Amino acid sequence: MEPILKEVQDAGLGQSLLREVIRLADRFKEKYGHPPAYMEVCGSHTHALARTGIKRALKDHVRLISGPGCPVCVTDQKTIDAMIALTEGENRIICTFGDMLRIPGSKGSLLKAKTEGKDIRVVYSPSDSVRIAKENPDNEVIFLGVGFETTIPVLGIALKEAWEDGVKNFSMWVTTKLVEPVVRYLLDSGEAKLDGFLLPGHVSVVLGKNQYSYLVDEYGVPGVISGFEMNEMLSSIYLLIELGLKEEAKIINNYKSVVKDEGNPQALTIMETFFTPNDEAWRGIGVIPKSGLDIREEYRSLNAKIRFPVTVGEPIKTKCRCGEIIRGLVGPEDCPLFGKACTPMKPIGPCMVSSEGSCSAHYKYLRE
Amino acid sequence: MKERISLEHGEGGELTHRLIRELFVEHFGHHDQARLDAALLTLPAGKIAYTTDTFVVSPPFFQGGNIGKIAVAGTVNDLAVSGAHPLYITCGYIIEEGFPLDALRTIVETMAEEAKKSGVRIVGGDTKVVEKGSADGIFINTAGIGVIPPGEELHPEEMEEGDAVIVSGTVGDHGVAILAARGELGITTEMKSDCTSLYPLISNVRKASQGIRMMRDPTRGGLATTLVEICEDFHVTMEIEENAIPVKREVSGACDILGLDPLYLANEGKVILIVRKGEEEKVLQALRETEEGREAALIGRVTRRGEGKLFLRMPLGSTRRIYRLSGMQLPRIC
Repeated sequence: MEPILKEVQDAGLGQSLLREVIRLADRFKEKYGHPPAYMEVCGSHTHALARTGIKRALKDHVRLISGPGCPVCVTDQKTIDAMIALTEGENRIICTFGDMLRIPGSKGSLLKAKTEGKDIRVVYSPSDSVRIAKENPDNEVIFLGVGFETTIPVLGIALKEAWEDGVKNFSMWVTTKLVEPVVRYLLDSGEAKLDGFLLPGHVSVVLGKNQYSYLVDEYGVPGVISGFEMNEMLSSIYLLIELGLKEEAKIINNYKSVVKDEGNPQALTIMETFFTPNDEAWRGIGVIPKSGLDIREEYRSLNAKIRFPVTVGEPIKTKCRCGEIIRGLVGPEDCPLFGKACTPMKPIGPCMVSSEGSCSAHYKYLRE
Repeated sequence: MKERISLEHGEGGELTHRLIRELFVEHFGHHDQARLDAALLTLPAGKIAYTTDTFVVSPPFFQGGNIGKIAVAGTVNDLAVSGAHPLYITCGYIIEEGFPLDALRTIVETMAEEAKKSGVRIVGGDTKVVEKGSADGIFINTAGIGVIPPGEELHPEEMEEGDAVIVSGTVGDHGVAILAARGELGITTEMKSDCTSLYPLISNVRKASQGIRMMRDPTRGGLATTLVEICEDFHVTMEIEENAIPVKREVSGACDILGLDPLYLANEGKVILIVRKGEEEKVLQALRETEEGREAALIGRVTRRGEGKLFLRMPLGSTRRIYRLSGMQLPRIC
């Protein structure tokens, strides 16, 4: 492991890669009259590109656009309101990932509900919430299952444990998202002018390289699957520009150590077993058909939406531009609230709350 | 059956008396002081340093220590980084009904042992027992007194361009050890907390060099927040090198998985030293002579007076400004 890690983090190599990327990007601009524009679909890439300084170093040469890849940021306001409303029932323990705590709903947040005495617990793994259910038989334990393909298999494992162990007081409120439908939406709408995609490493571990063939076959757009270390991301951007200069649309797997062509069959099987496609509402976009997964009918007793239905009104509108930010139309600094009314301490939109959100990354790493 | 703390231990009667005599007084050895309501102390000449801190660690036992060790080390460290020789400590306990007596005994023994390392005496204390559910096992408050002899004061206001920023070892160890002890990592790690009393180390360094301008122990908020505070409080701008900051592989690995930043994770046995330009080698050598300071590193410099900003130079060569931690570090989803 050591030599690989050293290579992907090596500063000298990074600096020469950076020079090469800039040289190639400038050639791209000469050829096409605009700098190359790539969307990173994954929130972890957004975060890592800002943290390592790549985004700043490439500012005048490559447009790196944050896409809808942060699961918290793309969660619809009405869904968030419903999750917060869920805490109001008696004898409930709500379990969630940390990122969800501070997301503002129309009335408060999960963190506010927690300070008001609701039993809301941050867990690092959905399976922990099954354990909590076993330890608290007199309570209903509800896990808020948010996430992309990276997280969905882990949600499935928790459902499997609860199902096989016959845990009756456990259920999951699932609002998951899939990458392909939203990428198709963005390309179909033609809103963001893109020269390619920096494809998500974690999601690709589950889905594999082959599933991106639609990008090439149907849209003629290149993509490079990338890891998250500095030099992995730089070399992936280099490969994207090179494909553009050669006018070649193909998918390159630049994260071969962990991403296989066919993905992870065990993870795919567990997704298939417990979940079924459903129409999901995306923040700033609206409902995209079959763009998420919900719990299959045969496991309805584990579905919190069926067991504990809640009704919420239409969300209160704010000036937050998270919706346009996740579509790659504007940057965080174009939002009138950024860094003023909206900060990580008092976030108004989810892009500022989530550690993977583009506003949070911008606030933390790119603010002067 | 395992003996547990009951409400009677806090009622002031026979059980309280036994707890104090047989546990606290026995281990802390403050027989003389225990006869009076206050400890009568003799202080040598100099400026008095006085500090207090409350420890609410969950869980109370973790790899590398327990709440008692942190309670003594934390207070000793606050005195030592202020330039003082720690002399006396008092401790107040808030114990939840049902807390195992054996666990309390271990905590007290650890405190006595930790105090010995720095030659401080635990001279008084207080015990309160609260009903089950009113506290999380055990909370400890400690207060400490130390003396800065004439001529040994630190002068942080004299920090200037070129001064070295040194850290005594790897950062984030305690933060990761606590997450692991809470079972929140979802991975197994043998990561030990770095929790220790820094007074012996600091004494060694101060003997070796007169060039130490100031010291801080980067506890909550970690290295980043502590340095931001130094910059703001003393109006200096600093630049630190990301590649020079020592971080253990286990810590950076855990942080990568969880989406945490090691620069903001808590430390309980590290000191940041701002050292006059030209004195850095002496300081590094003195630090590295000790077990706790073996991995000491020069991580940056004061770049100018004024402004009060902290910058991080990244491996690609550009810098970014570092701010104090906003809210809590929360684990990410994927």
